[in-house]
Formats: sequence, C-alpha cells, structure tokens
Amino acid sequence: MLLEKLSAHLEEVKEYEREPVPASRWRGFKSFLGMYAGEHTAGTEFVIGPLFVAHGAGAMDLILGLLLGNFLAVLSWAFICAPIAVRERVTLYYLLEKICGKHLTNAYNLVNALMFCFLAGSMIAVSATAIGIPFNIPMAKLTDWLPSGLPWIIIVVLVGAVTTFVATLGYDKVEKFSTIAAPWMILVFLAAAIAVLPELGVKNWGDFFQVAQDKIWTGKPLAGQSKFTFWHILFFAWFCNMAMHIGMADLSILRYAKKWTAGFASAGGMYVGHYIAWLASGILYALFLQQSNENLEFAPGPVAYSAAGITGALCVIIAGWTTANPTIYRAGLALQAIMPKAKTWKITLIVGSITTLAACFPALVMQLLDFVALYGLILMPMGAIIFIDYWLFPRIGLQSNLAAAKNLTFNVAALITWLGSLLACYLIAKTTGLEIFFLGLPGWFLAVLIYIISSYMYQKKWSK
Amino acid sequence: MKILLKLVSMAGLMLTIIPSIGVFYEVISQEENKYFMLIGTLLWFGPKIIFKEK
Repeated sequence: MLLEKLSAHLEEVKEYEREPVPASRWRGFKSFLGMYAGEHTAGTEFVIGPLFVAHGAGAMDLILGLLLGNFLAVLSWAFICAPIAVRERVTLYYLLEKICGKHLTNAYNLVNALMFCFLAGSMIAVSATAIGIPFNIPMAKLTDWLPSGLPWIIIVVLVGAVTTFVATLGYDKVEKFSTIAAPWMILVFLAAAIAVLPELGVKNWGDFFQVAQDKIWTGKPLAGQSKFTFWHILFFAWFCNMAMHIGMADLSILRYAKKWTAGFASAGGMYVGHYIAWLASGILYALFLQQSNENLEFAPGPVAYSAAGITGALCVIIAGWTTANPTIYRAGLALQAIMPKAKTWKITLIVGSITTLAACFPALVMQLLDFVALYGLILMPMGAIIFIDYWLFPRIGLQSNLAAAKNLTFNVAALITWLGSLLACYLIAKTTGLEIFFLGLPGWFLAVLIYIISSYMYQKKWSK
Repeated sequence: MKILLKLVSMAGLMLTIIPSIGVFYEVISQEENKYFMLIGTLLWFGPKIIFKEK
C-alpha cells in the first residue's frame, strides 16, 4: 500500500522541465529567502570557514573581503540571473537548447551534472563525518585524497541513499525541509562559536578582534597550504557560486519567482551562510587547532560535536542534506534535458548514485575551495552566452535563440565561445600565474567578446 | 493550538542560542549549554515534524 502510494506520488512529480512555470506555481520573496538561507547555510560552510583559517587568512582581510565579495554575488543574482529567469520562466537547460542547439546543450548538461554530483558529494561527505562520530571511524587529513577505509565508505553510502531518496520526491519536499531547518542551523553555528570564545581567550566583546588576529585568523597558513589575501577572499566569496548567478544555473530556481527582485533574496544565503557561518566555523576550527596542537585531521562533524554536542553533529548532518538535496535536484534537471522522456525520479536516482560514489573520496572536501572555483569557471561561459544572447543580440541585429530559430542542433559560435574562453583562462593562468579564484572576471568578458565576434561570422551565412 | 505550537518552536530557537551567551558570560557551563541546545532542537523540529506545520 505504502509502495503504491509512493510510486503514484513519484509519477506525479512534475517540475516543468520543458515549459514555462505557470503563474499558479510562482512564489514570493520570502520563499526564496528561506531557500537561499537554507541552501547556503550548508555542509560546505563547515569546510570553507576552516579552510580560510588553514590558508592563513588575516582577520581584517576576511571580514572586509567577505562583506564585499558577498555583496557582488547578491548583485550578480539580482541583475544578471533573476531578470532573465522571470521573463523566460524556463530551465537553464531548455533556454540553452534554444540558443546552443540540442547536441551542444547535451554536452554542457553532462559536464554540469557531473560538477553538481561532485559538489553534492562533498556535502554528503561532510554529513558522513558527523554520522561517523559514534563509530569512532578514522577521519581524513587535509592532505588525504583516498577513502580512509570500509567503515567510511559504508557511512557515506548510507547518507547518500537517504539524501537521494529525499531528492527523488521533488523540489517541494526539498524546499520545505530547507525552510524548516534554516533558522535553526544558523543559530547552531552562531551559538557554537559564541560558546567557545572564552576558551580562545575572549573574555568580553572588546577582546574579540585582538583574539581573532592572534589566534583565529592569524594570517599564517598551515603547513602545505597556500596563503590567502583580501583579494582571494573577495573573489572567492563572489565567484564560489558563479555557476549559479553569472553562470545562470539558478534560472531553473528563480523561474518560480513572482518578480526579478527575488534575486536579492540571495542576500539571505550570502550574509547568513557565507558570512556568519564561515566566520563561526572558522572560530570552531581555530579552537580545534589550538586544542589538537595543529593536528591536520579535517572533519567538520567531530569539530561541531566538540563545540555543541549532539546538536552540533545534527547540524552538520542536516546542513549537508539541505545543500546536497537541491544540488542533486539540479543535476537531475541537467540530465533530464538529455533524456526528456525519462522520469525525473529515475534520473535523480542515477545522479544520487554518482554523487555517493564521489563522496567516498575525501579529496573533494580537502580541495573544496579550488573545486568550487573550477566548477564556477567551467560553467560561466554559458551564462555569458545567455546574457548576451538575451539582452544584446536583438539590439545589434543578431539572431537570438539561434538554434531554435534555424532548427540547428549545434551552434558553432557557442561552442567556440565555451572552449575558447576556457582555453584563454588557462593560458592567462599559465603565463601570468594568476590563481583560479581570479580567472572568472576576465573569463566572462572574454566569453562575451568571443561570442559576439564568432556569432557575427557564423550568422553571416543566413543574412546573405 | 497553532499559536501554542509556534510558541513552543520559538522557545526551541531561543534555547538554541541564548544559553551560549550564558557560557560566554560564565553563567552556565559548556556542558549545560549542550543540553539546552539539544532540548531547543527537539522543541524546534518536534512540532513541525509531528504536526507537519507549514
């Protein structure tokens, strides 16, 4: 009976993959505020905050860098992604198909889905560090890449299975869970950090900044870690979700918004999750380093458990879930575009399995900063293509949605833009030594330039 | 009933954060804070899960 009911529900899950979202399904600003706050107060926050400490970020650099970087990220959501989302109301994948053609979109979707799988995998791994506490399993170190043993793999598979099951039930379930958990999660982050401040030497609020400089964000990287400056932090905060805002992946989410101003709701995620939570988790990690004499073991679960007990461990598990779920959902949408006749829940099941496999490898967590930057960079050129195709092409006499208009399966100009801008970024990094965190900005302008020039040349044959 | 459930949930959130300030000012211990946080967590999620409050 229960199985039949579940099966019937799964058949009914409809996410408007190839049609505009009807007005009856539009949602208000508050709904997005909860979703963004939940999504960006996540398992990764328990990793990124500590990695800033490990990379020797200075206290003032961190406070100011995050403030400005997050502000730029909010503006990117509000002015780049949301206006197109509420005008078109279709998924990123469907819009790309109209511009780039089915085959190129399929190639993009595969890369995109794989990236989402890795990202969701890192969150499942973070949750697993908390589930593993009662079993006392050995945790990975900052320098580890491979699974620590069979117990670790078993726990990751269990967490992955539950996360995938929730994701197969559709976006509504994910959003409800995320909205309920969001306010509690951020208070746990905050409470855990406040409660450990006396152990770091903060006896009154006036001491905080001095202790922050001397014991938390000391400006000295741990052994084997590179040094982070103000600029690293600013650009990381701006571009860590580059795939979502400038890369337009959140078209798929913001198409449910009543107005484009819902893009500003991303501030809920940025200033709660990517500010308070990063600072709070950095504080917890600094205490762990102090107590463990700079042990290189890196496991968010035990760190949160030691600061906030069972609640801390629960927070790590739930934080991992609330981000892994929408990420698996997004990956499912990417694959759904390739196989439109397949049921959403079956696709989600495949995605969840790949995600779980990826989660077994601690390298995903330890190299998270670089991976997040790479993931945004690889997907960014398609966002630039959509932006220019939508706003500029009608004004300069070029054909928008070329593939749909000319019945193409492959827009060569878009392919040249995607590969050309990534190659240019690679060459910039090779010749100038510029780190991956900074490549997104020149990369976006290069993608715009290449797309305009290549489209002029490519579209000539139709204008003759 | 709905108001009562909301009050219980809000009390849960308060219990999650306020005791940590007590630890900072050395009014309660870190261990006591962990218990309060756990009770707060149960109060926050309990009514929402049991009664499926939206």
